[in-house]
Amino acid sequence: MLSVNNISVGYKGLLALQDVSFHIDKGEVIGLIGSNGAGKSTILKTISGLMHPQKGEILLDGIPISQTPPYEIVKKKISMIPEGRRLFGRLSVLDNLLLGAYALDSKDEVEDALEDVFNSFPILRERKNQRADTFSGGEQQQLAIARGLMSRPSLLMLDEPSLGLMPKLVSEIFTIVREISEKGVTVLLVEQNVFEALHVSHRAYVLQTGRIVLEGKGEELIKSDLVRQAYLGM
Amino acid sequence: MPEQLMQQIVNGLLIGFMYALIAIGLTLIWGVMNIVNFAHGDFLMVGMFTSFWLYTLYGLDPLFSIPICTLLLFVMGLLIYRFIVSKVMAGPMLAQLVVTFGVSIFISNLAVYWWSPDFRLIAKPLLSGTWDISGVQLSIPKTVASIGSIVTSLFVFLFLKKTKTGKAILATEMDREAALLMGINTERINSLSFGMGAALVGIAGAFLSTYYYIYPQVGGVFGTIAFCVVALGGFGSISGAFIAGILVGLVQTLGGFFFDPSYKYAIVFMIYLITVWIRPQGLLGW
Repeated sequence: MLSVNNISVGYKGLLALQDVSFHIDKGEVIGLIGSNGAGKSTILKTISGLMHPQKGEILLDGIPISQTPPYEIVKKKISMIPEGRRLFGRLSVLDNLLLGAYALDSKDEVEDALEDVFNSFPILRERKNQRADTFSGGEQQQLAIARGLMSRPSLLMLDEPSLGLMPKLVSEIFTIVREISEKGVTVLLVEQNVFEALHVSHRAYVLQTGRIVLEGKGEELIKSDLVRQAYLGM
Repeated sequence: MPEQLMQQIVNGLLIGFMYALIAIGLTLIWGVMNIVNFAHGDFLMVGMFTSFWLYTLYGLDPLFSIPICTLLLFVMGLLIYRFIVSKVMAGPMLAQLVVTFGVSIFISNLAVYWWSPDFRLIAKPLLSGTWDISGVQLSIPKTVASIGSIVTSLFVFLFLKKTKTGKAILATEMDREAALLMGINTERINSLSFGMGAALVGIAGAFLSTYYYIYPQVGGVFGTIAFCVVALGGFGSISGAFIAGILVGLVQTLGGFFFDPSYKYAIVFMIYLITVWIRPQGLLGW
C-alpha cells in the first residue's frame, strides 16, 4: 500500500532521516519505535506532507506522493494524529470533528463519519457542544483520534498517542488502536511505550539516529536483545 | 449636564462602532497569519477615495458604492497578499514586520501623487442631517454607519462560527499545522483572510466617506487607533475588537468631555499602554 524508498529528510542542513526504507501492507498495524530524536515523528511528518524528502520517494499504491502538500495527502485517505493531540481548543467537540472531515466532499459522507465516531466514542456524542480544551487528557486523546478518523482514512498514523496519559488510559488507547485496525484501517503507530506498541503491531521497525536498524514481527522484536536492552530495560 | 453627557455617550458610540469595524479587519489578519497590517489605515483611505470618486465622477451615492468598495478592497487585499506579503511569510520576522509598512507608505504616497494632499468632502450625500431625540442630536450618516458596522460585524462573526470556510479560518488561526493535517489549504486561508480584512475596512471607508474628510493621510489616525483597539480587545479576537472599539470610542469622547478635547487621543493611547502593562493579552485574548 505504502512504500517508503530510501528517503533522507533534514531540518536546515541537519539530516533527521538517512536512507530510510520500509513498507506498509494493507490491513497491517506497523510500529515505529526508537528513542527521542530518532526520527520517528519526522517519518510521519514526511508521509503526511508537512515535510518533503531531499532524497528518495514515497509511493502510495505505486504513485509518488512525497512532494504532495499535506492538504492533498488527506484526500488520498492518509490521516495523521499529531503528537500532543493539537486540538482546536477554543472550538467545540463537534467543530473539531467536522474540521476532521474537511477533506470530505459530500454531506452524507460527513454524517456517516460522524455517526461512526460517535458510536465508537459515545462520550463525544454526549459532550459534542463542549469546548475541546475543557476535556481531560484522556478525553482529548479520544477526540484527537476521532478527529483523525473523520476523514475516513485507509491509513491512520498516530504520533505518540499514549504520551502523557495515566497507565489505565494508556491501555485504553491501545485497545482503540486494535479496534481501528479490526475495522480494516491500516495503522502506522509511533510510540515510546515500546512494550505495548510491539504487542499491538503486526510488524515493527526500530529507528536509531535517523536510520532503521531492525525490523521484524512485533512479538519477535519484544524478544530481541537490542529491543530488550535499549527500550525495555531488561 | 446630563443632556450633554448623554450627547457625548452617543457620539462615543457612533465613532466607536466605526473603530470596531476597522479593527475587526485588522484583528482577523493578525489572528490568522500573525502579521500586523500597517497598511490597514491606507486600505481605509482607498475605500474612502473610491467612494469619493464614484460620487464625484459618476454621481453614485456612497451608500450604493459600498458593494463596489467591498469588492475592490477584497481584490486589492488578495493581490497584495499574493504578490507581496506571502513572499515574506517564510522570511525573517523583521521582513514580515516591515513589509506592510512599506505597502502603507507606497499607497499613501501614491494617493498624494494622484489626488493631491487636499481634504475633500462628499458634498451632498443622500444621508445627511440629524435626528433630535429629546435634546440629543443623532447624526443620520453616523447612525446609519453604526448600523452598518453592527450588521457587518455580526455577519463576520456568524461566518466564522457557522460556515465550513469560517471554521477553517479559526482552525488555521489556532494551529496552522493541525489545520493542514485536516486538509485545509492554509495558504488559501491566508489570502482569503487578508482579502476579507481589507474588504471590511473598505466597507468602513465607504460609510466614513459620508461624513468624514477624505485625504491621503486619513488612514494614519484610524489605523493607529485600530491597533489600540485590537490590543485592547485581544489580538485575533473578533468579539474583543468589537467591544474594544466601542470602549475606545466612549473613552475618547468622554475623556475629551471631562478633561479637554485636545487630550482625547492621549487618553486613548494611555489605555493602550495600560492594557499592555496590566493585561497584555487584551480583554478577550488568550
